[in-house]
Amino acid sequence: MKPRKDLLTIESLSDEEIHAILDSAVAMKEIFTKSVKKVPTLRGKSVLTLFYEPSTRTRSSFEVAAHRLSADVTTFTLSTSSVVKGESVHDTIDTLMSMKMDYIIVRHKNSGIPAVIARHCHASVINAGDGAHAHPSQAFLDAFTIREKYGEVVNKRVVVIGDILHSRVARSTSVILRRLGAQVAYMGPGSLVPPSSHTGIPRLRDWDEIFAWKPDVIYLLRVQNERIESPFFPVADYHHAYGVTEERLRRIDAQDISIMHPGPVNRGVELCDAAMDYRNCLVCNQVENGIAARMSILYHLTPATLS
Amino acid sequence: MPILNERDIQTALDQWTEHIAAGASEDSLGLVGLISHGDVLARRLIDALEAKGISAQYGAIDITLYRDDIDLRAERPALRSSYLPFSTDGMHLILVDDVIRSGRTARAALETLFEYGRPARVELQCLVDRGHRELPLHPDYVAFRLEDAKGDVRVHLKELDKEDAVLY
Repeated sequence: MKPRKDLLTIESLSDEEIHAILDSAVAMKEIFTKSVKKVPTLRGKSVLTLFYEPSTRTRSSFEVAAHRLSADVTTFTLSTSSVVKGESVHDTIDTLMSMKMDYIIVRHKNSGIPAVIARHCHASVINAGDGAHAHPSQAFLDAFTIREKYGEVVNKRVVVIGDILHSRVARSTSVILRRLGAQVAYMGPGSLVPPSSHTGIPRLRDWDEIFAWKPDVIYLLRVQNERIESPFFPVADYHHAYGVTEERLRRIDAQDISIMHPGPVNRGVELCDAAMDYRNCLVCNQVENGIAARMSILYHLTPATLS
Repeated sequence: MPILNERDIQTALDQWTEHIAAGASEDSLGLVGLISHGDVLARRLIDALEAKGISAQYGAIDITLYRDDIDLRAERPALRSSYLPFSTDGMHLILVDDVIRSGRTARAALETLFEYGRPARVELQCLVDRGHRELPLHPDYVAFRLEDAKGDVRVHLKELDKEDAVLY
């Protein structure tokens, strides 16, 4: 693959780049089975995780990935409340430039912030989630997990369920799966699913339509904390309308459908307890594959500081 | 230009097999080829050894992630799956490659190998030694020696390149 500095969106990648990153993830995952679970590839390189939004999974996944490639990792945790928008990002960029980092992994609540940082830094910038815009490393781990389960992504049928409109996961994962030849459909609360006339992605009305569509995978989106904590959020109603209930799990099992979720799962909201133990629940595979996919992403990016 | 043909390579492999057979110790033997031509040679040597009643384990390693020139290359090389389905602890391992030049690949191969375990003994054996060493690493066995070859030396093997030949 030709040198690429940043990973900001799936849309910005060529088919060749998508395949190169997915293919290398397989070899990266094999490293986990060795007695020494790391390789010296990024020895002496520095990786900074810069998360303006709380995250445990994505950040630790990137950190483990960087460690397994022998890079040095520094963690920055910033609270958005103390930061004045705009000016602060420029200040941060100046700081980052002075620190001579090679890789910067950014999460921010505003779309486009990783792109701004990427434009001004020599370091390779990886978007670890920006607003409702993009989450490309999640897309890679999802595609990798489906490919690992079924051997290929082409013609696999995937329904994404939940608040599609505000989900960067839904967006990036749908894009990569369709680029790889999968069929994607959406299901969720009417006001939170974009019309198919805008996206070209069919909208299914309810679970009966999902089962009739004969999916290989159902992908449950996480309901955000701020919604669940709101006294007005109808948890039981949401579970009943959009979640995997025990009754639906039986039909999922009968149709041999796989369950995916970006984590962390809200038990009793998106998934019932039994769904987590279901034989085709791929949630733990997604976590393990996330490390391999992120190792492959780090490997394939070339910071301007190095050339 | 081809300097060795299919028959030359076959003769060399026969002698090479004899050499391994003569030195096979009581430790369990394993041949680990370097992807993407050393693994093919290792496979052929194992088949020839088996015909002589000597069994050896087969392994293949991709050393890309251990190279020292990743930053010097314009493109990141594609990664291949390594295959080492046995414990290397206490084994007599032979690293097999097609061409040795600087010794940097051999260095990376040793580092790769030692992350899988602690073999009792490791040897390095190659089809062609073309000189120009940059590191103090020398193969224990070489089938063909080209003294400080100036141009490109390439090994073609049927399994990958539709013919057996050494080109120079």
